[in-house]
Amino acid sequence: MENIIKVGMADWKVAAHPDALTTLGLGSCVGICLYDGKRKIIGMAHIMLPSSDLVRANANRAKFADTGIPDMVDAMLRMGSDVRGMTAKIAGGAQMFAYSSGSDIIRIGARNAEATREILAGYRIPILADDTGGTFGRTIEFYACDGRLMVKTIGHGVKTL
Amino acid sequence: MNESGFEELNSFQMDVLREIGNIGAGNAATALAKMLDRKIDMKVPKIKVMQFEEVSEVLGDSEEMVVGILLGVLGDITGSIMFVLDMNATRLMVNNMFGKHTDVELEFDEMTCSAIQEVGNILAGSYLSALSTLTNLNIMPDVPCMAVDMAGALLSVPAIAQAKASDTVLYIENEFFDGHDSMLGDLFLIPDEGSYTILMKALGVA
Repeated sequence: MENIIKVGMADWKVAAHPDALTTLGLGSCVGICLYDGKRKIIGMAHIMLPSSDLVRANANRAKFADTGIPDMVDAMLRMGSDVRGMTAKIAGGAQMFAYSSGSDIIRIGARNAEATREILAGYRIPILADDTGGTFGRTIEFYACDGRLMVKTIGHGVKTL
Repeated sequence: MNESGFEELNSFQMDVLREIGNIGAGNAATALAKMLDRKIDMKVPKIKVMQFEEVSEVLGDSEEMVVGILLGVLGDITGSIMFVLDMNATRLMVNNMFGKHTDVELEFDEMTCSAIQEVGNILAGSYLSALSTLTNLNIMPDVPCMAVDMAGALLSVPAIAQAKASDTVLYIENEFFDGHDSMLGDLFLIPDEGSYTILMKALGVA
């Protein structure tokens, strides 16, 4: 029987076959799912901000794309995975509210997705599916058995990537 | 207060925050009651100091479809104020405002959305004006914006605004009920970390 392990905001988890990882109600945050098909090891990170640079409160490294993703990759390596065998699927990065006034958190979703793509490119991890943007929330489930990513929404359907 | 945020609130500070919630939400409930022409009750405010991992489940089911109205807080303190209603409460409230039967199906057209945003405006305005009177600080709401989606996805938005400055986030939560004990909605005040200190100082408890 597989376990479905929950990943919270500013959090990452790794798992192996037959388990799955999930994060519920992803908004402007980005969910980064890494899959090592050969060893059936997966990781899921739920990042809130693109970069820990110039940020005072950077103790929780899982908050940021530039520290959360490398930490998760390292955890997968410790489980015996290999970066060259990893593929990625990403989801989230929505703009939940349409701001009419200038706000710092405007476009944060898009900036999170951009930072994620750059960091994955640095590792040469190919992005096989990119379901980011839009104005709606997503729940994602990622399966170690086959690297399948299920994306559920309210009013924008369910898809498997 | 240490760099990681709100972790070290003592019970006295919690009481002060609860009182802030009480006074702000009390004024907001009165305004809402006038607007809807019905009795509005509220519970003792909940002070939630959370790690970000916990935020999306602050209302329970993070995948539940809800209506969220978010307003920035401007002036001497900054942060966000957010009103969250479930679909049933939204239908009751909107139909009530337009004098329709409460069973009429809700359509999120322009009229409905602007009515909901107006509720947000009135709630936030009355909450913050009470807070302003109490503290002698200049505090006002920014324009409201509204979304209908998963609770977790909406509640994460004010948390992201705090994530640069802190590893924890403070939500002062007030639950509103209509006269028949049915849940109407949750109002959250989410002050920036720096603003929390300003609030405490203004109240003479820093």
